[in-house]
Amino acid sequence: MKYLNEYRNLEATNRWLNLIHKTITRNWNIMEVCGGQTHSLVRNGILELLPEKVRMIHGPGCPVCVTPLNLIDKAVELLENNVIVCSFGDMVRVPGSKKSLMQAKANGGDLRILYSPLEAVDVARENPQKQVVFFAVGFETTAPANALSVLQAKEKGLKNYSLLVSHVLVPPAMEAILKDELCKVNAFLGAGHVCTIMGLGEYYPLSAKYKIPIIITGFEPVDLVQGIYMAVNQLEKGIFEVENQYARVVKKEGNLAAKNLINIVFRVGSRQWRGIGEIPDSGYVLQDEFNEFDAELKFGIRHIQVPENKTCIAGEILKGIKKPYECNQFGKNCSPVNPLGAPMVSSEGACAAYYHFTNTV
Amino acid sequence: MNNRAENKTINLSHGSGGLMMRKLLNDVIFKAFDNKYLNRKHDGALVKLTGEIAVSTDSFVISPIFFKGGDIGELAVNGTVNDIAMCGAIPRFLSLSFIVEEGLGLESLIRIVNSVKTAAKNSGVRIITGDTKVVEKGKGDKIFINTTGIGEVHPKANISSEKIKPGDKIIVSGCIAQHGMAIMSQRKGMEFEADIKSDTTNLNFLVKDILDAFGSKIHLLRDPTRGGLAAVLHEIAEDTQTGITIYENKLPLEKQVAAACEILGIDPIFVANEGIFVAIVDSDITDDLVELMIQKEKGKNTVCIGEISQDHPGKVVMHSSIGGKRIVSPPIGEQLPRIC
Ligand code: SF4
Repeated sequence: MKYLNEYRNLEATNRWLNLIHKTITRNWNIMEVCGGQTHSLVRNGILELLPEKVRMIHGPGCPVCVTPLNLIDKAVELLENNVIVCSFGDMVRVPGSKKSLMQAKANGGDLRILYSPLEAVDVARENPQKQVVFFAVGFETTAPANALSVLQAKEKGLKNYSLLVSHVLVPPAMEAILKDELCKVNAFLGAGHVCTIMGLGEYYPLSAKYKIPIIITGFEPVDLVQGIYMAVNQLEKGIFEVENQYARVVKKEGNLAAKNLINIVFRVGSRQWRGIGEIPDSGYVLQDEFNEFDAELKFGIRHIQVPENKTCIAGEILKGIKKPYECNQFGKNCSPVNPLGAPMVSSEGACAAYYHFTNTV
Repeated sequence: MNNRAENKTINLSHGSGGLMMRKLLNDVIFKAFDNKYLNRKHDGALVKLTGEIAVSTDSFVISPIFFKGGDIGELAVNGTVNDIAMCGAIPRFLSLSFIVEEGLGLESLIRIVNSVKTAAKNSGVRIITGDTKVVEKGKGDKIFINTTGIGEVHPKANISSEKIKPGDKIIVSGCIAQHGMAIMSQRKGMEFEADIKSDTTNLNFLVKDILDAFGSKIHLLRDPTRGGLAAVLHEIAEDTQTGITIYENKLPLEKQVAAACEILGIDPIFVANEGIFVAIVDSDITDDLVELMIQKEKGKNTVCIGEISQDHPGKVVMHSSIGGKRIVSPPIGEQLPRIC
């Protein structure tokens, strides 16, 4: 914990905050890509400590928020058809088009909330007469463990284990945001833990092509204010580079063993993002040789497609075009108790973060 | 031939009202709680109490039923004892009802009954009436326990949220989030071995001590069980329409618990406790009260975490360690771990 305390320290935070205040002369929009960073900004009260000229925009980096409605419907469909569905906790309250996984569980579905896909493999082993599906949601960070679960299931010869894959990748999402003509982002704080796995390689071309600073940043208050300072510093100087604020954890080349695992089981493919739509090459799909572990193929549920809820402007929120309070459902028909869209469901979602935060007086 | 095996697990005939049931009650339950009230074996209990009476009931449905630092039996006693204590009362009597799922090992039941017995003894309450039902397999989760407690209100106590006023201090009697994290660390699939123990314990003697000493200067007592500290503070702020300010760096938190919360992405102020209470007290007794409480084993980690303010009525605001402020929102559902 000592290690953590260093990054939650009032003096160090103030040092970087002062530098930001001293350096900044113009208005800048900085997007933190990752929901964990949004959460930390809000939870530690950092947003109000920043000068007004810094406008933080909350990016699409919350895996719960970007999982499309129809994948939740697919998971619900499985639950209602006697399949044991395993999921991480924060997915279970997200509304599908008709119900959430939690509601399907209340109706008798066998939903297991787990911490790791490897436990789902155990569930499959312990329940040979049942089919077991792990809802594989997440960014690059969760992919290695999901890949490992498939390899384990294969090694053990399990025929009753599969993945409902909803893996998305961060750099293509950043590019989709930059390509949007309404994009207001001047600099990115890159998600530290994604880079822990993937390294920095993908960010250099992105930064050069769009002439935009990208600072790979951690999650503690000091990480964030330092990252913001590094972004402001580049912007004020008119330079655009990839900088690594999180060097204590992130290596340039990433984690080779984890990347290798991912590459054995997954390949890059096109994926749908909730509110954003389909982005080519923006996620992982199973390699053909692992088709038997693809729940969509196995249970013939690929066809389930539902349109997104029109009143929810999650897409604009996730792209940073609008702030949550600019949504006319915000705080009225949509609140954490009764969420209309995913950004309100996940505690890391921008709408939920703002709901709690701006509620203050 | 299966007689021995049958005797080792609870089955439906243990709830039938017949011989098997009588045997279970006599061998296990009455034997454990032997006291003059229960021994009369009436349908109900006859007791004498004086003055204002506090009554509270609670049902315990926890999984796993045995956990580090305690079990469901101990919890069922301490939980209700503490609820009575939070009314400013001295708990005297408890009722005890078991709903047992067919298939529960007799050994487990005996173990639970014994911890009920010990917990009742430790907190000075008598089990005076009760009930046992057996439900079919699949219709329960091993065992559910309901307890109802009765206590006599402390003569000096005057616990009422109406007495809360700006300037009052908020005291917490021990480290937060222990129970919830102990349970979570033992649910299937936890990623790391953490030696976190539930803090389940009785608080009635500690409460009596502070009531003896400070009486009506103690304005409110609450035990932050489900929903944790955040839920309790929220309720108080909302019910009284006062503002609550707390300081992140004052929150008492054990290192291991902090680390476990960190790893799972769980905020400790939302996590359940079973062995601490929150007191809202007149500011002029704060130092003496904390001084008194830290002398006692169960209050040794007592701290003042904040105060009642005139600003932001109805809201709880936390000052973060790095100098920011944030609203503490009410918990919505069970805390669930984050994905990444
Ligand atoms: S406030 Fe609710 S409806 Fe509006 S964008 Fe956010 S989640 Fe969607």
